[in-house]
Amino acid sequence: MIRFEDVHKAFGSNQVLRGLTLEVPKGTSMVIIGGSGTGKSVAIKCVLGLITPDSGRILVDGEDTTHGDRDAFLARFGMLFQGGALFDSLPVWQNVAFRLLRGALKRPVAEAREIAIEKLRRVGLKPEVADLFPAELSGGMQKRVGLARAIAAEPEIIFFDEPTTGLDPIMAGVINELIREIVVEMGATAMTITHDMTSVRAIADNVAMLHDGVIKWTGPVADMDNSGDPYLDQFIHGRAEGPIEAVR
Amino acid sequence: MTGVLSLLARLGRTVLAALSSVGRVALYAFSAISHIFRPPYYPRELLQALLNIGWLSLPVVGLTALFTGGALALQIYSGGARFNAEAVVPQIVAIGMVRELGPVMAGLMIAARVTSSIAAEIATMKVTEQIDALVTLSTHPMKYLTAPRLLAGLITVPVLVGVGDVIGIAGGYFVATENLGFNAAAYLKNTVDFLEGLDVVSSLVKGCVFGGIATLMGCYYGMHSGRGAQGVGAATKTSVEVAAVLILAANFLLTGVFFSA
Repeated sequence: MIRFEDVHKAFGSNQVLRGLTLEVPKGTSMVIIGGSGTGKSVAIKCVLGLITPDSGRILVDGEDTTHGDRDAFLARFGMLFQGGALFDSLPVWQNVAFRLLRGALKRPVAEAREIAIEKLRRVGLKPEVADLFPAELSGGMQKRVGLARAIAAEPEIIFFDEPTTGLDPIMAGVINELIREIVVEMGATAMTITHDMTSVRAIADNVAMLHDGVIKWTGPVADMDNSGDPYLDQFIHGRAEGPIEAVR
Repeated sequence: MTGVLSLLARLGRTVLAALSSVGRVALYAFSAISHIFRPPYYPRELLQALLNIGWLSLPVVGLTALFTGGALALQIYSGGARFNAEAVVPQIVAIGMVRELGPVMAGLMIAARVTSSIAAEIATMKVTEQIDALVTLSTHPMKYLTAPRLLAGLITVPVLVGVGDVIGIAGGYFVATENLGFNAAAYLKNTVDFLEGLDVVSSLVKGCVFGGIATLMGCYYGMHSGRGAQGVGAATKTSVEVAAVLILAANFLLTGVFFSA
């Protein structure tokens, strides 16, 4: 379980998180929605220690994320970055098997390559892709490779940062289905941030709406359409009028 | 009175900002050096850095040294002619190349070629979240990106400087023997007899320091790059500027340490 307790974070005078409190139960898929710049990515990066909160606590299975062995902690996570964040200098299979080629989870090279090819196959890519470089792949293929890398070491918790941004609707649908299948199959706890309502409906067990640095609404995805929350209603229906100020 | 106070305040802020930058760079340098000695090690990245920083810089450093040595021979010959001292060409080329021009020219070329490329690469990795990805994959960016490049700079740049010194002297030798009528054997003898061990040691130590500065500045400004293409461009530009100035300042200090007595 991931638990945010009154997390605050500011960058200079820009107060991004203003007391974020949220619970993501183990083995469930939580999708955080909200406008650009509302702190969705910051929230995920705070869990991983990429950004340090100014105050508040983040607990994973009851343990404060700032305590304990950092490598062992990070080994429990996989993350799909918005732009893929694949390492340009490494071929695809080494990107996927990155964690398996070094550090505590190191395996023999042949075994790591085999696992990488298996994970690539799981996300719908052929073994021939393994020896290409990221720059030789389309956007959709890069997302799939990023997904393969995120699941390569069988993590307990997976984060997806805008998994469908920049993809055509069909490819976005494919990625959504893949994410859902993989999360269910691995029994992982998933946290996704997105603007894409199709993704929300495809991926989420629970939804949280982040606005002004706090959670305005959270609940099961089935309750989203009848929440009665004006912020959530405005967001999911994409209305310009409402409590969320739209800059024209 | 208010104007004076405002001027003083501005001056104070500038000095504080400069001191804080120096402090940040120094802490980064200490951390980078400490990571060289602490596991895990990344031999593949070190090998790649040795190749990029050392082997692939050889043509540019070699050509720079060759032309510098040749030009130096011409200058000393024509300048020396004003007081009948044309014969000192071998000695001055040797001392000029080994003590000063060899390391400085190599250092500046490394700053242009290596610092810029390291800064641009790491800054691009930063803006495309590859550095964040490294962290989430339990890999310390300082160990994986900075330590191998710094170590490669410390190892390869003195070697490049040594090779550049030899090529520079060879440039002077070719110009002197082919154009200026020097006897080849006498030129070589004068060069070898005149150079001292301290000249060579100072050259290699300077190379080591310049290699450290060039790679560290590339890594530091890359890691602290701003967002987008503009951020990458600014990081690259600043890294080369700072590396070049620090190399020249370090050269002055090291020359003082080795030869002021």
